[in-house]
This record gives sequence, C-alpha cells and structure tokens, in this order.
Amino acid sequence: MTVTDSLSHQSACATCPMNRHLERLGVNMEDWDYVVALAGNPNTGKSTVFNALTGLRQHTGNWPGKTVARAEGGFIYGDKRYKLVDLPGTYSLLAASVDEEIARDFILFGQPDVTVVVVDATRLERNLNLALQVLEITDKAVICLNLMDEAKRHGLTIDDRRLARDLGVPVIPTVARRGEGIRELIAMVHDVATGEVKPRPHRIPATQDDSLNRAVERLTGQIQAAFPGLPNARWVALRLLDGDAQIERAIRDGSLGDLSRGTEPQSVADRLMVAEVHA
Amino acid sequence: MSAQPAAADILKTAGNLRREVGDGFHDHLVEALYTDAAQIADRAVTRPDAPPRFDLDRAIDRLVTSRTWGFPIMVLLLTGVFWLTIQGANVPSQMLATLLLDTVHPALKDLGAALSFPWWLSGVLFDGAYLAMAWVVSVMLPPMAIFFPMFTLLEDFGYLPRVAFNLDRLFSRAGAHGKQALSMTMGFGCNAAGVVATRVIDSPRERLIAIITNNFAVCNGRWPTLIMVSTIFIGSAVPAALAGLVSALAVVGIAVLGVLLTFAVSWFLSRTMLKGEASVFSLELPPYRPPRILQTLYTSLIDRTIIVLWRAVTMSVPAGIAIWLISNVSLGGQSIAEHLVTGLDGFGWLLGLNGVILVAYIVAIPANEIIIPTVLMLTVLAAGLTGVGEGAGVMFEVESNTTIRDILNAGGWTTLTAVNLMLFSLIHNPCSTTILTIYNETKSKKWTAVATLLPLLLGFAVTLTTATLARALGLV
Repeated sequence: MTVTDSLSHQSACATCPMNRHLERLGVNMEDWDYVVALAGNPNTGKSTVFNALTGLRQHTGNWPGKTVARAEGGFIYGDKRYKLVDLPGTYSLLAASVDEEIARDFILFGQPDVTVVVVDATRLERNLNLALQVLEITDKAVICLNLMDEAKRHGLTIDDRRLARDLGVPVIPTVARRGEGIRELIAMVHDVATGEVKPRPHRIPATQDDSLNRAVERLTGQIQAAFPGLPNARWVALRLLDGDAQIERAIRDGSLGDLSRGTEPQSVADRLMVAEVHA
Repeated sequence: MSAQPAAADILKTAGNLRREVGDGFHDHLVEALYTDAAQIADRAVTRPDAPPRFDLDRAIDRLVTSRTWGFPIMVLLLTGVFWLTIQGANVPSQMLATLLLDTVHPALKDLGAALSFPWWLSGVLFDGAYLAMAWVVSVMLPPMAIFFPMFTLLEDFGYLPRVAFNLDRLFSRAGAHGKQALSMTMGFGCNAAGVVATRVIDSPRERLIAIITNNFAVCNGRWPTLIMVSTIFIGSAVPAALAGLVSALAVVGIAVLGVLLTFAVSWFLSRTMLKGEASVFSLELPPYRPPRILQTLYTSLIDRTIIVLWRAVTMSVPAGIAIWLISNVSLGGQSIAEHLVTGLDGFGWLLGLNGVILVAYIVAIPANEIIIPTVLMLTVLAAGLTGVGEGAGVMFEVESNTTIRDILNAGGWTTLTAVNLMLFSLIHNPCSTTILTIYNETKSKKWTAVATLLPLLLGFAVTLTTATLARALGLV
C-alpha cells in the first residue's frame, strides 16, 4: 500500500484570499470519497503535516496564526480519494474569534469523514484541551502526535499507547518535518474513514453536581428527539447551556436539522467560509 | 418545517435550564475540560528527572525580548537584512536591465519593423506593455530574491513571534489588541494578507483597528520604491563607503515610522471612532527551530518572489499600455498625461512632490510596484528631455542609478522630493487588492472608506508639513 500520487494541482498560495476563487476551480466535491479535516493548536506543525500528506508546498511559518483561512489539498490512498482541509490553528473551539468559528463550524457542519488533530508532543496538556473539544463533536478522529523529535530533545518520553487508550482514538507519533510517521497516519486515516477502526472517544465525564447532570440529560434527550441522527446531541446541549449564540442560531435556522438529515453538509460549510465582522 | 416548533421548544428549555444552572456553568465546563486534559497528559508523559541546566531557547528569549535589548536587536536585524538586499541587488539589477532593456527591447522593435507593424501597434506593445514589464522585472526581481528568503529564514527560525511579544505592550497602551503585532508583521509582506490575518483577533473593535492600520506596514510593492529612492538620493548624499548603510537605515527609518504611525493611529481610533478597552491575550512563543535552508529558499522563491513578481508583471502590462496611450493621445495640442501632470503640479508642489508623482500614484492604484517606472517615464515626458529614451511615453533604457538621478534632477527633483516620496509611499491609500480585501472582511462600505481615505489624508498632511517646514527653514 502506497501513497500513489498527490492529487492536487492547486497553486502553492491557495491560502491567499486573493486566489480563493481560483482555488475553488476544479475542486469538485463529487470527486472525493472522503473529506479529512486537519485541526490543532497554532504552531504545532499543522501546515507541515498538510504538506506532507498532500505533497503540496504551502508556505509554513514558525509562528502561531499563520493559517487563518482554510487550505485544501488532496491525496489518493489505495483506491480512495481524500480531500484534506487545513483548518486555522486554534486553542479552543468555543468560537470566540473568527478563526475558531471557521474551525469549529467546519468540524460541526462540514462533517468531515475523519478529523486529524495535530498535537504538539512537547505541550501535551494544553494541546489536549483542544483535542478533547474536538472529540466532543466527532467520533471519527485521529490524533497526530507531532514534534516527537523536539519532545525527545527536551527529554520527554510519551506513551502513545496509553494516550490512545485514555482518549479512545488512535494516536500516531510523527515528525512531520522529516516525514516520519506520515505513512502510518495516512493508513490510520483510511481505517477510520472506511470504518475498519471505530474510535470510541473519551467524553468529558458527568459532573458531581446532580442538578447539572439532570439539566444536561434533559436537554440532550429533547435534542435527540427533535434531531434524530445528530452525532453530538450532548455537545449541542452543553453549548446551549453555555449560551452559545451561534448554536442557537443553527437550531433556529434549521442548519442543525440539515445535519441530522444528512443533507448537503458541505455546501453549508462552504457558506461558512465567509468571515463576518459584526461591526 | 416540522423542526421549527421543536427548535423553539429546545431553545426555551435551554433558556430555562440555563437560569437554573446559573452563571458558573461555563467555568464548570472549562474546568472539567482542563482537569481531564491535565490528567490524561500526566499519565502519558514522563518528564526528565532533573531539568536541563542550560536552556538555549530561554537564553535567546531573554536577550531578544529584553526591555533593553529587544528593540535595538530588532532594528539591527532589519538593517542587516536591508543592507544585504541593497548591496546584493545592485549588480544583478543592472545585468537584468542590460538584457531586457538594451538587448531584447531593440530586438523587439526591429521585429515589429520587419513585420511592418504600424507605429501605434509597435508603440503599445513594445514601448508600452513590454517596457513596463521589463522595468518591473529588472527593478524588483533581484531585491525580492534576496529580501524574501532572508525574511523567511527569520520567520522560520521563530523570530517573528518575539517581535510581536516586544510590540505587545505598546499595542495595548494604544488601546489595540496585542495580536495586531502578528497581522502587522504579515502586512510587511502583503497588506491584503495582513488584513485577512486580523481574523485571529476576537474583538470586532480591535479587529477593525488592526485592519485600518495594516496599511502602515510597508508591503512588498513598496519596498523596491523605498530601496531605490533611498539608494539614489539618500545614499549618494554621503561618502560612498557609507552609502549602502545609510540607504538601508533610511529604509528602516521609514519602516519604523510606519510602526509608530500604527501605534498613533490605533491610539487615535481607540479613543474616537472605536472606543473601548484593550483585551488581554496570551501569546505563545514557539520554540526556536533550525531553519530548513533549502526548503525555505524554495518556498520563499516560489511562494513569494515569483507570485509577487507575477502580480507586478500582470499589473504593469495594462499600466504600461495606459501610460503609452495617455502620453500619445493628444487633446488640444497636449497629451492627456501632460494635462494631468500640469493640472496636479500645483498641489504636488505644496506637498513637496510634483504632478508626475501624483499621476503615478493614480496609475499605480492596482499595484504600487510600478511607481518608479511610471515616475521616470512621465518625468522624461514632462521635462521634455531629449537624448534619453525614445520619445513620448516610452519607458527608456537606463544604464545606471546615476542616469536615473540625472533624469529626476532634470525633472526638478530635490532631496525633499525624494524624502517626501518615501513618506508618501508609506502613507497613502492601500492598493486596490487590499481595499477589496478590506471590504470582503468587514462587509462595510463605511470602514472600507475610512481605511482607504484616512491614510491618504494623513499622507497629504505629513508631506505638506515636511515640505512647508523644509521651505520655511530654507533647506530647499
């Protein structure tokens, strides 16, 4: 099994907003078997992983916040065609800023077949905050434990099996800069996309507070009844209890309903590309 | 829609429950998340028994972000980069000019003659479109091919977040968001990209400030103008041994002035049109990474140099045609260009500039890159120089910077003109791509207009002041 070819012929500056209209040309959604989202904290080497997976040479910079829009590329593995979407690097998915909103909306409404969370092995705890939030939204996730060389340089040893067991999703250690572990990552993305591997992700446990738990349960039940088939009713309930205005809007305008019926999630995600400034 | 009543029900239940669970819910959620993350990380990671005695990253950080040394090091690095650019670009620039202007251009003219092209066709194609493009390539390619890889190496190494860290305190004092340092740094490459980069800023108020002031970061299109004018006028005013260094310092001075203006205008906006408190944020300083030299060279040459150059070339072709046309189409015995230049000369004089420069800035709204070629062409036309170039609207061949200086002197240029051109290059309206991007990001005509006109008016004010002062002091 090999990576047969890099599919994409996009220009290297596909992230550039000026070229967005060009970038979309030729990206025909019908042609893709699976959509893979790439999430992660800023400066974890996400763009490097993106390049390693697609064979593209997007400019990567050693500073947080380099990718603010989505970059897209693709690869073929086995006989399946994968479309890879590089999301902006964020510390959380609570959607405080436009880049967090873009990342979260894509994972939620874009319903990627697999979400790869790129994690900085040298700053595991902080990176897991984001990873856990992703796992609240989607089951189909793979953790890419990147920058293993720097972890080693700092004398850190990381038990990736233990991590995989605790998180309930596959964990692949990589050094994306040198291409180490990329083959394994692609194989695992394939397994999760095709359903050969079914992750059962860790969910933030119910709290000690009974009244809180009852509130979450009641709302979750009601959401499940209204939107059967929604993969993350509990997360939606948590967001509503937290007063998340965007999720409220998604319920009101029916886009959450679209998700539960499985209609055209991609077109919804594309609409969300337009960043809004509420000024 | 059957989902609508259910949706309303859900929102109602959620509203009621939210009141029940109270305000602590958010903190509760975040705490649960952090606790889990900490526990899981703790089980997976084994740390070394003793921390390493010497941490190189931290030692470098202490130096480059120190209150005393942070800014001097920044200026020193920038000056070094520009000095290398100015010194290194001279020779290849002239080689390219010789090839494209002295060899290829006459060959093309001969070809046109051989194919018996009418004069206007050969004029539009070879004297307009081709020469504009050849100019842009020979003026821009060498400095970009040196500047971008060096800048990218600094970026790859991890220095840029330290710049942001140094500037953060100043930004918050100006009532702006510290992350504006990042979008500003991005703007040093391309303002349109910088405007998009403001998406990392959460608060709409602070994001607008960052968008409006991004134009004060000198972009790719303006570096060549600054470097060239500085080399010709500032560098030649000092002994030859110091010329390179002084020119580099003048360019850095303009860039630093841009940063100061960013603070000043941010401060002004946050106290007038966009009132509010600065929000707090934490900036992560990434580890220093040894730059991958070859890959950096590749990506900075392909991603930046070639793409920026391509944009300049595609913009220069129609601009070259436009210049040729306005120079050769006459109304009442004078060409359109002459009408425009004489019309704007008075206002230009007040600003310490001239009509030629103002016309050039109108022609160059799509791309600042073509300012210098346009200025030279129009100067020859306006000054009625003979013996240089090939007549009206022809972007002529120029062998060296000395020749350029002679032409500009004949056009009535003084050191004041050069200084004010550099200032105006920093402080004027953004290019059309950036204006469009600002509109796309803000979706507001009002803020797009503010972002466009504010720097332009400020540029008029600044150049008017320096010109008036210089004249009052008898410097010119």
